[in-house]
Amino acid sequence: MPSLPPAETHTRPSPHLIGGGGYGALLVALVVGLVVALVAGISIGTVTLPVKEVWSVVGHHLGFLSAAPTKVQDQIVWDFRTPRVLLAAVVGAALSVAGACLQVLGRNALADPYVLGVSSGASFGAVLVLAYGTGVSGGLSVTGAAFVAAMLTLFVVFVLAQRGGRVGPSRLVLAGVAVSYLATAGTSFVQLYTRPAELRGLMFWILGSFASASWGDLGVPTVVIAVTAAWLLVRARSLNVMSTGDDSASALGVDVNRFRIELLIISSLLTACAVAVAGGIGFVGLMVPHACRFLVGPDHRRLLPVALLTGASFMVVVDLLARVVDRPNELPVGIFTAAVGAPFFLVLMRRSGATR
Amino acid sequence: MNVTLDGITVTIDGAEIVGDVSVEIRSGEMHGVVGSNGSGKSTLLRCLYRALRPASGRALIDGDDIWRQLTARQAAQRRAIVPQDSSIDFDFSVRETVSMGRAPHQRLLERNSATDTEIIDDALDTVAMTTFGARLVSTLSGGERQRVLLARALAQQAPVLVLDEPTNHLDIRAQLELLELVRSLPTTTIAALHDLDHAASLCDTVTVLAHGRVVASGPPDEVLTPDVIAQVFGVRAHVGTHPLTGRPHITVATRPDEPASDTDRTTEP
Repeated sequence: MPSLPPAETHTRPSPHLIGGGGYGALLVALVVGLVVALVAGISIGTVTLPVKEVWSVVGHHLGFLSAAPTKVQDQIVWDFRTPRVLLAAVVGAALSVAGACLQVLGRNALADPYVLGVSSGASFGAVLVLAYGTGVSGGLSVTGAAFVAAMLTLFVVFVLAQRGGRVGPSRLVLAGVAVSYLATAGTSFVQLYTRPAELRGLMFWILGSFASASWGDLGVPTVVIAVTAAWLLVRARSLNVMSTGDDSASALGVDVNRFRIELLIISSLLTACAVAVAGGIGFVGLMVPHACRFLVGPDHRRLLPVALLTGASFMVVVDLLARVVDRPNELPVGIFTAAVGAPFFLVLMRRSGATR
Repeated sequence: MNVTLDGITVTIDGAEIVGDVSVEIRSGEMHGVVGSNGSGKSTLLRCLYRALRPASGRALIDGDDIWRQLTARQAAQRRAIVPQDSSIDFDFSVRETVSMGRAPHQRLLERNSATDTEIIDDALDTVAMTTFGARLVSTLSGGERQRVLLARALAQQAPVLVLDEPTNHLDIRAQLELLELVRSLPTTTIAALHDLDHAASLCDTVTVLAHGRVVASGPPDEVLTPDVIAQVFGVRAHVGTHPLTGRPHITVATRPDEPASDTDRTTEP
């Protein structure tokens, strides 16, 4: 009788940079990293305040400290910095998860919130209201118009991409790209006829910024990212199966067309929420999921928590840089997402065992 | 479990790809589907994947219509598939890929149990890929990848197995080994096959398709006759007995009166 191969140990070898054993430690590190980023983001800003005073304001609002802060300090820390930093985290998480979702949906490594045209559509909606007032949107605010435009864009792309009720992944991407160009053309046209004073506001939507964040902006995106991330984690196995091809997914018991529509709705909700409050921020949705895949592999049960936390921390850090690099001026966050992210991404890409 | 294809017609963009195909496969049999490129083999099988919905007709597994009476998940518990398109876009490891075979049996959020792990180990062992568990599928050769997809199907532990040209990309020895392995499984097996000799020597029954329609169906010695082969593939055939195995054996040659390129061969869709 041939001898059996030696029994495998509990922790099986993994081809991914961070295998089974290191995963828990990675999650802890990412949570700690996010907390550190949030603390730094609130402590440091365009206006220099003593760190102790910053946190006494936060402590006061959370009910730990009774000493009331001065009005100016209170405004800077509690009305501007804190919601801004939290919003950056929520938007980073939303874009990153939306990207992971879209890359499976389009089965295309280049898929991200821009591919479906959702970001461009939202920007166009926002820019219309910024340039011509709420009259053009039937009374919708800038944020509201961005959200509605994002969902409308999705609907149009979806209708264009389907044929006989079936949505082909390449048609979906092509339709998204074409509609995206159309919306971008509209945005550029409006821009040319805008008074210089309003141009800065328009640039907000095109390059993205958290400068106007308020507590009111936080609610909807927070709920959306929490609900959709939970839903995606529950369906993580279907996401895995789906990323190996339609026939394989059908073979393994996934109702492909229905699941694709669900993913489409989820990723556009996430993108619409993010773009509506922060404008068009590129790179995160495309690169963060890829970087995380290089680290932990493509299994969505492992990938999604890592992508969510990484996207959140990354965006907080990038927003902090945008505020402090050219103090007291602020730079658009979109410049830094790529400047900071690309080198990290390239290092990971070179080091991972992935061949594609 | 027996499989019945009952009057299956598939139209894609208005064109009829498969027309009124009826085939009955008895439990435990190995059934081969042969035909030229574009004859509708893959399209017919994709109805069993639940990837293509037939315009009319029914695909039944053990009497239940996989489109109308079974959910996607229930269908996946009854039939496993080795698809032809084995492109895998993301870098899953061999083990992760084979684990996916357990998906139809697991509840939401359920992790691999000890039984699942055992089944996955067995599947890897059966296709002799145990030591490849930690490799990325994208780094494997075509033949190794095919074995991983077979292991994934084995891990599904379904009573019906569907294979779409499983010997593509394989060298001669690997082709025979894979088919012998499939032949030895207790499943009801349906395979689209390119090689007439494989169909003749390994299948219990064979269906010959041309232009999406059944030309002949039944035991290989009745179906794969020189006449049928000449009509469908445009080649001369000699059907004999393999001197080494004693099984039916088909050798083919082009017609002497016409060059190979003039044969009735439909092009790839």
